[in-house]
Amino acid sequence: MIKKLKLVAAAAALLAVTGVAKAEDFKPAIIFDMGGKFDKSFNEAGYNGAEAFKKETGIEYMEFEVTQVSQREQAMKRMARKDASIIVAMGFAQANAVEKAAKANPDKKFTIIDMVVDLPNVQSIIFKEHEGSFLVGMAAAMKSQTGKVGFIGGMDIPLIRKFALGYEEGAKYANKDVEVFQNMTGTTPAAWNDPTKGGELAKSQFDRGADVVFAAAGGTGTGVYQAAKDNGKFAIGVDSNQNYLHPGTMLTSMTKRVDVAVQEAFMSAKDGTWQPGIKVLGLKEEGVGFAVDEHNKDLITPEMTAKLEQARADIIAGKIKVTDYMSK
Amino acid sequence: MEYFEIFVLLMDATLRVATPLVLAAMAGMFSERSGIVDIGLEGKMLGAAFAAAAVAYVTGSAWLGLLGGIAVSMALSGLHAYACVTHNGNQVVSGMAINIVVAGLTPTLAFAWFRQGGQTPALTGDDRFSSLTLPFAEAVRDIPVIGYTYAELISGHNILVYIAAAAVPICAYILYRTRFGLRVRAVGENPHAVDTAGIVVSHLRYQALMVTGFLCGIAGSYLSTAHGAAFIRDMTAGKGYLALAALIFGKWRPVPTMFACLLFAFTDALQARLQGVDLPLVGAIPVQFIQALPYVLTVLLLAGFVGKAIPPKAIGEPYIKER
Repeated sequence: MIKKLKLVAAAAALLAVTGVAKAEDFKPAIIFDMGGKFDKSFNEAGYNGAEAFKKETGIEYMEFEVTQVSQREQAMKRMARKDASIIVAMGFAQANAVEKAAKANPDKKFTIIDMVVDLPNVQSIIFKEHEGSFLVGMAAAMKSQTGKVGFIGGMDIPLIRKFALGYEEGAKYANKDVEVFQNMTGTTPAAWNDPTKGGELAKSQFDRGADVVFAAAGGTGTGVYQAAKDNGKFAIGVDSNQNYLHPGTMLTSMTKRVDVAVQEAFMSAKDGTWQPGIKVLGLKEEGVGFAVDEHNKDLITPEMTAKLEQARADIIAGKIKVTDYMSK
Repeated sequence: MEYFEIFVLLMDATLRVATPLVLAAMAGMFSERSGIVDIGLEGKMLGAAFAAAAVAYVTGSAWLGLLGGIAVSMALSGLHAYACVTHNGNQVVSGMAINIVVAGLTPTLAFAWFRQGGQTPALTGDDRFSSLTLPFAEAVRDIPVIGYTYAELISGHNILVYIAAAAVPICAYILYRTRFGLRVRAVGENPHAVDTAGIVVSHLRYQALMVTGFLCGIAGSYLSTAHGAAFIRDMTAGKGYLALAALIFGKWRPVPTMFACLLFAFTDALQARLQGVDLPLVGAIPVQFIQALPYVLTVLLLAGFVGKAIPPKAIGEPYIKER
């Protein structure tokens, strides 16, 4: 075990050394969570943001991919000891590690995405997922021929309920008679990685008449999208733009601009404008939205686009109130 | 009629979910009837799922993927045999070791080869087993009851589902009607007697474990190339353990074991459909309760109806020849 730890430490050190080679005094760091930086979704968005920062400024960043729960704290401490100027932690699961590291290093800057850690040297970035979900819910209800749409969540946690509620409200807003089916894959973290179960849940909703499903379920979602394709129905992706996965049956994706958040955290720390506290990104800040690209532009009619844009403006103006499950 | 349709669709989902369970449970049956505890079904399935998806993606053929999955599963089974039969190791420890190694190794290799965060790329077209429509399925669909059942329930599955369905009678035949089956059963009950009869115990157990590996390989391949369309980390999600439970539930006999698998799959399919549905009288049931349903049902059935499950006598004990 000790040997293994040493190896990990050596690897991290190597990463850190190569990471700081070019940087003079500004050393940003990012810690990806389990799932890895190429998960096609949340972590990958963070990676894209860090890469965008590197491209723009030419400053290298330090990185670490957590592959075991126990590594979170170690990685955080190591980055702090390496004198990172700012440490960005991806994902709600890193909250405990951030809290400990931030208390131990009160002079260091920390940013955590998707979770709130209330400390004077921590910036918490959260998203108004319910607003983005509202829009894709509208899109689903408008696209549906049967008047029935579905939602498939991953693990049954408040964050996912937040997606579900926004989606349902959006669907009902577009068509008040719409029927919304909701399924949660499970109550343990295994629910993020069970595509066969996701596919079965999707099929069960199709059998009940749904013809558009929205999956907010991590890796489980791939099973849902596949089932939609196999059954000739529509699916809606989440977090990253996942339209490219199955062009033609991916109606759209509810995007969460984690990449922008990471890039801005780095940039503001570099400029000295970084502020601790809670930062909430919604439609107004373009932190959430829905994706239209060459893979799905034929599926979204101009009429739908007009209504969605109108709703977006109304939400920003406060004319439409979307309920936030977490603060309900 | 509507309730009938719901029932048929429910059974249809049951078949899809039961397929890997049935195959894995049949696999476990050969191992356990020969006297080797096989807690490593989970790991073998996971290894096969990864190998099948990786090979299918690279070669573009689901059948080669299936072969790859079977090969990896048989190799893992061989490892289990080497530890437990040749070296008289503890069978539970060896099985658990396989589970842990595979759970770690598959995402690592997937990451190294495909660079997609521990997954394989999504499979499309010929990379995976697609649904087969049996002859006349569309023509007879409109015949009430029988035609609809045929079109929805019997037709429209992929080939591996039919293989699983065929595996049960074939396994039963092998176990009860062939010389090999007789010997496997005997070696699990009383290896000394088998040895006295001049049959090499270790060879027999190796053979039984190879059959286990073969069937587990199909089960794993089903997950990633037929039911799903890519390998994802930990995608077996406990199905190996569930198959083992079904095997005990079915008292190590092929047909009762199959029914146990179907029951587990049925409750799973049922809970997918019961979530958020308003039932008469009781209203919508909380998700947590519905998701506990398969387990509650299992406990009730195990406690109330199944009776005593007597394992093969020599199970778990390495055979050491008397000198």
